[in-house]
Amino acid sequence: MNQARQSPVSDVAPSSSEFLAVVAARELRDKGRVFAGVGLPTLAVDLARRTVNPNIELVYESGVCGAHPAGLAEGIADSVLVSGAESVLTMQALFGYVLQGGSIDVGFLGAAQVDRWGSLNTSFIGDWRRPTVRLPGAGGAAEIVPNAGECIVIMRRHDRGSLPSQLDFCTSPSPVRAYAEDPRMVPPGHGVSTVITPMAVLRRPDKFGELVVTDIHPGLTVSDVKAATAWDVMIADSVRETPRPSWEDVRLLREEIDTVRLYLR
Amino acid sequence: MAARTKVTDLRSAIAEHVHDGMTVCLEGFGHLIPFAAGHEIVRQGRRDLTLCRMTPDLLADQLITAGCVTRLVASFFASGSAGSLHEVRRRVERGDPEQLDVEEYSHYGMICRYQAGAAKLPFFPIRSYAGSDMPQLNPQIRKVNDPFGGPDIYVVPPLNPDVTILHAQRADRLGNVQMWGILGAQQEAAFSADVVIVTVEEVVDEDVVRSDPNRTIIPAHAVDAIVECPGGAHPSYAQGYYDRDNAFYREWEAISRDRSSALQWLQEWVYDLPGRDAYLSQLDPPRWAGLAVADRESGSVNYGRRRTSTLGQS
Repeated sequence: MNQARQSPVSDVAPSSSEFLAVVAARELRDKGRVFAGVGLPTLAVDLARRTVNPNIELVYESGVCGAHPAGLAEGIADSVLVSGAESVLTMQALFGYVLQGGSIDVGFLGAAQVDRWGSLNTSFIGDWRRPTVRLPGAGGAAEIVPNAGECIVIMRRHDRGSLPSQLDFCTSPSPVRAYAEDPRMVPPGHGVSTVITPMAVLRRPDKFGELVVTDIHPGLTVSDVKAATAWDVMIADSVRETPRPSWEDVRLLREEIDTVRLYLR
Repeated sequence: MAARTKVTDLRSAIAEHVHDGMTVCLEGFGHLIPFAAGHEIVRQGRRDLTLCRMTPDLLADQLITAGCVTRLVASFFASGSAGSLHEVRRRVERGDPEQLDVEEYSHYGMICRYQAGAAKLPFFPIRSYAGSDMPQLNPQIRKVNDPFGGPDIYVVPPLNPDVTILHAQRADRLGNVQMWGILGAQQEAAFSADVVIVTVEEVVDEDVVRSDPNRTIIPAHAVDAIVECPGGAHPSYAQGYYDRDNAFYREWEAISRDRSSALQWLQEWVYDLPGRDAYLSQLDPPRWAGLAVADRESGSVNYGRRRTSTLGQS
C-alpha cells in the first residue's frame, strides 16, 4: 500500500465506489448550489468541498439549505445535516420556492435506468402493471430533473439493462420527452447533463440532444462501452481516458469521509 | 373558565379517533416519525386503512405487515439508504399475502396535495410530470389549461385525511405544537386533516410555548389530542432529544425479508407490550443510551414587550 502510494495516482478499480465518487466530485468543480441525494452523491459533495470546491452549497430535499454537516449523513434527513445548518425550510418552501423557483444549479441523482436522452426510471423493472421489481419510485427526482439547472446521474451499473434502448417506465423525463408531449411544457432545466457509470462518463451538451461518451475508464475500450449500452451510443471525437483518482482523494474518502464504509462498497 | 386540556393517553387517542376504513396520515420526513402511535394502531388491530405517508419507510412496512393497511398513498417506497421495504414489495410484486393498492406521486406532488387539502383548494398546480409516465400510472395526476394563457400544467387533487398523526418535540396542554429541525410537510398535513393527534417528547407550560411563538408549527385550534410520549419517534429521531437508531433501520431490512420474522418482531415489540414505556424498557440500555445527543443550544431571540407607560394607557 505504502509503495503504491508513492505514486500520486491510485489504482482503485473504475467500478469502485471510490472511483465513481471522485469522478463525480470533479464534476462539481465550478458548481454553486447542489441538491444532493444520499449514497454516492453524499460522498461526492463532501469530497468536492474538501478538494475542488470549498464553497459548494449543499441543499437536501428534507428542507436543509446550506448544510455544514460535522459528520457523514446517513440519509437526507439526518440530524447531522440540521445542526449548524444555515437554514431549515419546510418542504413546501424547499420544493416550491427553492427548487421549482429555479435556485438549484445541480441536481445529483441515482437511477436504475437511464435512456439516451437522459430520462430516468426509478420506479419499476418489468411491466409496471405487474413489476418484476418494485423500485423506490419518484421521490424528489421527478421535480429535480425538470427544475434543477442540470442533473448529474451516478449509475452503479453499466449494462444493457440499465442503459436500455427503452425505459421500462419513465419516472423523471428528459426535456426531449416533455417536448414530445407538448412543446410549451418544456421545463426550464437542462435535464441530465452528465451520467457517470462504472465504465464511462457520458455527457449531453444539447438540452434536446443525446448522451455522448466523452470519457472511458482505464482498461476499457470503446467497444466495451458500446457492447454494454443497448442503444447505438455516440462516442465523442475527443473521447479520452478518465483520469484516475489520486491517492489523496481515496484517502479522504476512506479515512475522513466514510470511515465506516457506509456508502463505499 | 380555563381552556380545556387536550392531553390524553395514546390508547384513548387512537381508540377515539382512528377507526377501520379511515384515511390516516402519519407524517415525518425521516424525523419525528410517529412510531409509538403507529404501533398503537397495530395493537388495536385497525383494518382497511388508507395510509398517507410521503416516505413509507419501515413504520409503513410494519403497519402493512400487521394487516392494518389496504391502500398506500405515497411518493417514495424505500427505507432511505437502509434498503427495501420487503412487505411492500411482496404485496406489490406478488400480491403476497394480499394485494396492496398504491396511489403514487412524487414528493412535491404529495406536498401540494396536503397544501391543497389544508387550504381547501380544488387542486394544486405543479411543474412536474410533463413527459413522465406517472400520469399514466396514477390518473389522479391530471393536466389542465392555464386560464391566463400559459402552457398546460399538471395538477394534483387535495388530500384530506380523516386523521393526521404526528410526533413533535413539545406542546402545551392546550395543543400548541412546537417542533424544530426537519419539518417536512407536517404543517400542511395537520391543517388538511379533520382530526389531528400529536405525540410529544414533553408537555410544557404555556409560558414556554408563548416565549417563542414562531416555533409553534401547529396552533392549538388545529389539534385535537396531545399525548406525552417520550421516545415516541424511535427508531427515528427527535432533534435535540435523541438520534436516529440507524442500526435498527438496517436490521429491519433483514427482519422484513421474511414475513414470519416480521410478524414475530411485531409480537415481541408491539402486541406483547402495553405501550411505549415498556418498549423503551425492552430496548438494550446501551442501545438507547447510545442515541443520546450532546447539547447544541440555539441562541434565544428577543421578541420584545410593549413598555407600559402612562402615555400608552387609556
